[in-house]
Amino acid sequence: MLSAIVRRLLQTLLVVLVMSALVFAGLYLVGDPVLMLASPEATDAERELIRQSLGLDLPLWHQYFIFLGKAVHLDFGSSFLTGESAMRLILERMPATLELATLAIFLSLAIGVPLGVYAGLRPNSLAARGIMTGSVLGFSLPNFWVGLMLIMLFAVMLGWLPAGGRGPVESYGPLQLSVFNWEGLKSLLLPACTIATAKCALIIRVTRAATRECLPQDYIKFARAKGLREKRVLGIHLLKNILIPIVTIGGLEYGQVFAFAVVTETVFSWPGMGKLLIDSIITLDRPVVVAYLMLTVVFLATLNLLVDIAYTILDPRVRLETSS
Amino acid sequence: MKSLRKTILLSALAASFFTAAGLAQARDLTIALRSEPSSMDPQFHSLTPNTQLSETLFDPLVRTDGNAKPVPSLAESWTADGDVWTFKLRPNVKFADGSPFTAEDVLFTYARVPKVPNSPSSYSLYLSTIDKVEAPDPLTVRITTKGPSPVLLANLSMVPIMSHKAAAGPAPEGKTTVELNRGDGLVGTGPYKFVSWKRGAEIVFERNDHYWGEKPAWDKVIYRPISNSAARVAALLAGDVDIIEDPPTDDLPRLKKDKNLHIQETPSVRVIYIALNQGDDVPPGVSGTDGKNPLTDQRVRHALSLAIDRKAIVERIMDGVGLPAANLLAYPAFGTSEKHSKVEPADPEQAKKLLAEAGYPNGFQMSLGSPAGRYTNDQRIAQAVASMWARIGVKADVQTMAPPVFFKQRNAFAFSSYLAGWAASSGEMLNPLTSLVVTKDPKLGLGTTNWSKYSNPEMDKLVMEASKTLDDDKRAELLQKASGMAMDDYGILPLQFELSVWAMKKDIRYGGRADQMTLAQYMTLAK
Repeated sequence: MLSAIVRRLLQTLLVVLVMSALVFAGLYLVGDPVLMLASPEATDAERELIRQSLGLDLPLWHQYFIFLGKAVHLDFGSSFLTGESAMRLILERMPATLELATLAIFLSLAIGVPLGVYAGLRPNSLAARGIMTGSVLGFSLPNFWVGLMLIMLFAVMLGWLPAGGRGPVESYGPLQLSVFNWEGLKSLLLPACTIATAKCALIIRVTRAATRECLPQDYIKFARAKGLREKRVLGIHLLKNILIPIVTIGGLEYGQVFAFAVVTETVFSWPGMGKLLIDSIITLDRPVVVAYLMLTVVFLATLNLLVDIAYTILDPRVRLETSS
Repeated sequence: MKSLRKTILLSALAASFFTAAGLAQARDLTIALRSEPSSMDPQFHSLTPNTQLSETLFDPLVRTDGNAKPVPSLAESWTADGDVWTFKLRPNVKFADGSPFTAEDVLFTYARVPKVPNSPSSYSLYLSTIDKVEAPDPLTVRITTKGPSPVLLANLSMVPIMSHKAAAGPAPEGKTTVELNRGDGLVGTGPYKFVSWKRGAEIVFERNDHYWGEKPAWDKVIYRPISNSAARVAALLAGDVDIIEDPPTDDLPRLKKDKNLHIQETPSVRVIYIALNQGDDVPPGVSGTDGKNPLTDQRVRHALSLAIDRKAIVERIMDGVGLPAANLLAYPAFGTSEKHSKVEPADPEQAKKLLAEAGYPNGFQMSLGSPAGRYTNDQRIAQAVASMWARIGVKADVQTMAPPVFFKQRNAFAFSSYLAGWAASSGEMLNPLTSLVVTKDPKLGLGTTNWSKYSNPEMDKLVMEASKTLDDDKRAELLQKASGMAMDDYGILPLQFELSVWAMKKDIRYGGRADQMTLAQYMTLAK
């Protein structure tokens, strides 16, 4: 197991390296940051000064090696736009995205799994058909539209919840969270529900399919034949066996939401990292974009590793080495 | 999809009711900004989202009023004797921390500007004509310029005065940008003082009780950056914010009908224009001209201008949120003339005749570049212009791209024509002329945004003379002549002046600003 983890970490490092080189070259091709940053009234001499002070006058490979040299010491450079440490800017906003993604995935699992199991158990009932139709709507409606509808309904018409922004935060160790106080939770509810709508639909479909697959299996029949109560059959024997696809999808989706919740964050002006990424790409703020994507790669790789470890716990037959 | 989203948003809006929340918090003001500032350091990045906040925390020596005329601020009066300017400072002015304002602060401020490291857009721009700054006594500042500098006062209005006591520090520039972003050393003489900034979430200012001017109306001002325009409108409708910048033009007709809202439209100093590549070589995209560049011919440029129906663009694409433009600044701004203030009505027949005269009876092909999303409705305007040109036989291939890509391509002369905008921050004609139409000269810093290769030496001479003339009347005359010349040449084709728009709750009033700034100190409760 340990050797598998080490192997994973080395793989991640390689991906980070390749990715940083691609982002460097990509943004270089897109445009010149100085044109985006400098006042349009600045003279060419003033632009040249800015270029030098940001180190953009050097050849690209030279800039890249300077970046790598610093990155080894965990210094990812300063944002062109704000002059602040790029990593600090991102970490400052991470808790907001973290709580949004966590609550959204929690909601979609809490709602999606029971509904999915029900739809799988009684596939021909009216309620199950209703759930499945609803799930089609859930992931075919565009995110921003769902967001705006929720705003119109709950903020503008009913006035129950705020239309956007983040509520008051409290410190929990190094994290500044707003989810554990009522005002904060109120602000968090709409964006989390927006994301959960689509994710929940996915979870319902996966759970239903897995349930349908498990039900005719011998161990379920045997459990029933043994005279076990239905609660135990479903809660232990069924649930344990359908958890693997749910954990896989849930884990992947969590990573997706965490790294790229851009649309929802923009509609709700949620001060998370997704908005920072988009703003930084538009202004060609390379240090922030590179640091952001590096962090994302590391996060996604870690998440994948955790999902694989979860497999071994859920299903003792699975070995980490073979699944990597 | 986008229009569907808006339709639904607005029909829901029409049915919605306002809660009384707006009245309960009457003494605090919440403003939704379109973009968040990049920094609080008033000398780090010269950009509207930054300057509008430093204008609220700080005062410059001199301000400019709506017509670009200098008016007293921290300096009560001033005199110019050749290249030596003497400023008498306002006595008994205090910073927000209670310490007195003196000439020492002015010296510190101007000395700090060039020392701010990694500034993406340095304020040195505004001090470039200054040779030295001295303080003969605590309430006098003497500035010596390098040669006559009629733009000095307009430039000084862009540099807010910091406190030398609060902003001192071990770094060469004193308090660093990072420290100022946290509010450390961020002390000014302005109507409000800094309380906190949570990036991406909110910026909070509080009334400055030591303010020397009229007492500001709000106890507390909260700024919230909401970059999505539909979300900004929703926040206003939900009562979360009191006033928003820049509501989308499509929504305006309906917002105006809402009895709970008040809309303010103010003409701005931003002109949207088309530049035509007038180089000697055939520009990229041009074909069907036998190896010549048709755009070097004044008649062709005139024809292209005549083909454009500016009124239709403003009415149909901008929903009335613009003014048709005949010059680089709207009359009666400094340096504009009445003669060149009237828009030539669109006349495709006359345009066709001019094209035929110039030897292109069947028109030709060219390209029209445009950024997508840098200016209000930019790509739609470009497409409309192209279809208007098609009516006179000029087939323009519209190439729209994301702003960073567009600006890179433009500066590489990759288009035969392009659409862009220019905001003359100083509000007078010298600024757009020197940047957009004067012959490009990187060494002298002239024509920095003239990417059209347009060059008229006679006009250049007039502009140069104006830039050294201190007498206002004479300078105005020179600028009127020069801008008239560029317009008669059709060297650049102005399309429209943007209107700046603010939407607010009905009990709030804001007069708007030509420079498009959102300034809390000028917002009041409606009587």
